[in-house]
Amino acid sequence: MNQHWLYRPASIRLLWIVFLIILALTMLAGFFMDVHAAFGLEDSFAFAAWYGFASCIGMVVIAKLVGRLLHRKDSYYERD
Amino acid sequence: MNGISVVPPGLLLILGALLLPVAGVRLRGLLVLGLPLLVLALVWQIPDGSSLQLRFIGYELSPISGDRLSRLFGTVFAITAFAGGLFALNRARVVELVAAMICAGSAIGITFAGDLVTLLVFWESLALASTLLVWSAMTEQSRAAGMRYLIIHLLGGALLLTGIIGHVAAVDSIAFTSMSLDSPAHWLMLAGFLMNAAAPPLSAWLPDAYPEASPSGMVLLSAFTTKAAVYVLLRGFPGAEILIFLGLYMIFYGIVYALLENDMRRILAYSIVNQVGFMLCGIGIGTEMSLNGAAAHAFAHIIYKALLLMSAGSVLYMTGKRKCTDLGGLFQSMPLTTICGIIGALSISSFPLTSGFISKSMISQAAADQHLAIVWFLLMAGSAGVFLHAGIKFPWFVFFQKDAGLTPTDPPLNMRLAMILFAFLCIALGIWPAPLYAILPYPVDYVPYTYTHVVSMLQLLLFSGLAFFIMLPYLKRTLTITLDWDWFYRWPVPRALQQVTKTLDRWHTHRRIDFLRHAGHFFGTLFLYHGPRGILARTWATGSMVLWVVILLGIYLVAYYI
Repeated sequence: MNQHWLYRPASIRLLWIVFLIILALTMLAGFFMDVHAAFGLEDSFAFAAWYGFASCIGMVVIAKLVGRLLHRKDSYYERD
Repeated sequence: MNGISVVPPGLLLILGALLLPVAGVRLRGLLVLGLPLLVLALVWQIPDGSSLQLRFIGYELSPISGDRLSRLFGTVFAITAFAGGLFALNRARVVELVAAMICAGSAIGITFAGDLVTLLVFWESLALASTLLVWSAMTEQSRAAGMRYLIIHLLGGALLLTGIIGHVAAVDSIAFTSMSLDSPAHWLMLAGFLMNAAAPPLSAWLPDAYPEASPSGMVLLSAFTTKAAVYVLLRGFPGAEILIFLGLYMIFYGIVYALLENDMRRILAYSIVNQVGFMLCGIGIGTEMSLNGAAAHAFAHIIYKALLLMSAGSVLYMTGKRKCTDLGGLFQSMPLTTICGIIGALSISSFPLTSGFISKSMISQAAADQHLAIVWFLLMAGSAGVFLHAGIKFPWFVFFQKDAGLTPTDPPLNMRLAMILFAFLCIALGIWPAPLYAILPYPVDYVPYTYTHVVSMLQLLLFSGLAFFIMLPYLKRTLTITLDWDWFYRWPVPRALQQVTKTLDRWHTHRRIDFLRHAGHFFGTLFLYHGPRGILARTWATGSMVLWVVILLGIYLVAYYI
């Protein structure tokens, strides 16, 4: 089958590299920011980067826990 | 003021909708596209203050009452009615178009209602029309979901009505002004409003009902009900602190449930709840900046959410599939739908140069200005989560992911045009926010494009993206749903009712035998005397009648003289 460029392992690796470079650039750009710290935490280095990353991991973990408790088959309400 | 020259725009749309069933195909198209544009023009003719007064059972109705806030919402409702109508035009049943236009008309009616009676009338017609819009998919699922939707909204309407009665009894005025939560009546009104905003605990009606509507039906549904609720909250309860907490709950509820969801349009439905959560926060904070932010975010949200749902609707329309587990790889054959979906996804995530960036950030800025540290941190986490559940998850699972082997084309021309129009608006508002800022309720003193804001937003979003791809193995879609509060009225309550009916039935079977015996005896006696051969039903000879009359008269004569 003629696989699309985007699905080839080589291109996926290339995309990852580009993505990581962009991430590094946004962190670098953070050096030139002029943050007015209102709460104390948000002037830490690359605050938005680590905070966004950590809160996303946290939300996925919470979602998994909720899912463990509340997941049902998608035909749940249709039985009977 | 000039009572005659101002036409009620909402009413015009509703009356126009009633013409659709009798109009031919061409005229129908003209009405569906032309009326919203006419209404848009009318919205901007409405001056500040009340332009029409009517006396009704001793109260002064002002059905057309304008200000900056009502014109803002009227504008976006009219634009969405136009684009939604365009998207629906090629395939929607007439009943769906009628329902959609009544929805739009009711929502616009709400935004210009200067008194609570007018508000309530349009509120209820919005509930009925949106139920009809759910039903117009004409499937068994949509019938059941529409019924659940209707029950919840009638309950909300009843709460609102009770609250209004209490309010009017207390202040003897039906004017719709901002209120404080100082009486049970106001709490009831707030509860009625919140019901339509999909606030907890009853948020489940939204992801339950909307995804059962047709591809175009959900586009239209997403715009009116919840945002009409946001409008009345902005007008009725600005600064009500409880809205901050409800809003924060909705933000994270939307994210968590959307992360667990498999149905693409239910993902987007949960993200409506999430976005309305941001707006409620803004209303709850209650400063000019935050109220502006909530209003601007509602405006931007209606457009990008409609765009997202148009792109999901196009996928559903072209493939007939709605589950992430069945989809993937569609970017190859549906490039336009993919691009429009991604623009919508970036906008909802507040990516720089999109409409979400210039609206949502006003709310978090207001939280920072008010030194609400925890609220600000949670809003930031929420923004990251939006990118996670809607900004990446939706386009990734629908358009990329694995190649599901589907090769549908982009949808028909009218659908493509509607998507292009809204994608254009998302970007245009993001690049050039001045026109939107100029029509917000309060003067805007906010510059979205500062170096710090752009860079920190990029950091936040791109690292959320990194988290998504790292956590991807944990986000694999399964054929599941997630239980919600609606479980209580969909599972134990119906079951309990069934049990009651069964018990009654058993009792009845016992009693029935007795009953039938008694009844049989009764009817037998009745039949004996009144049946065809019964003595009292027989045809009597005239002679015997005369004889009996003579006898009776004789007795009477004798009795008279005694």
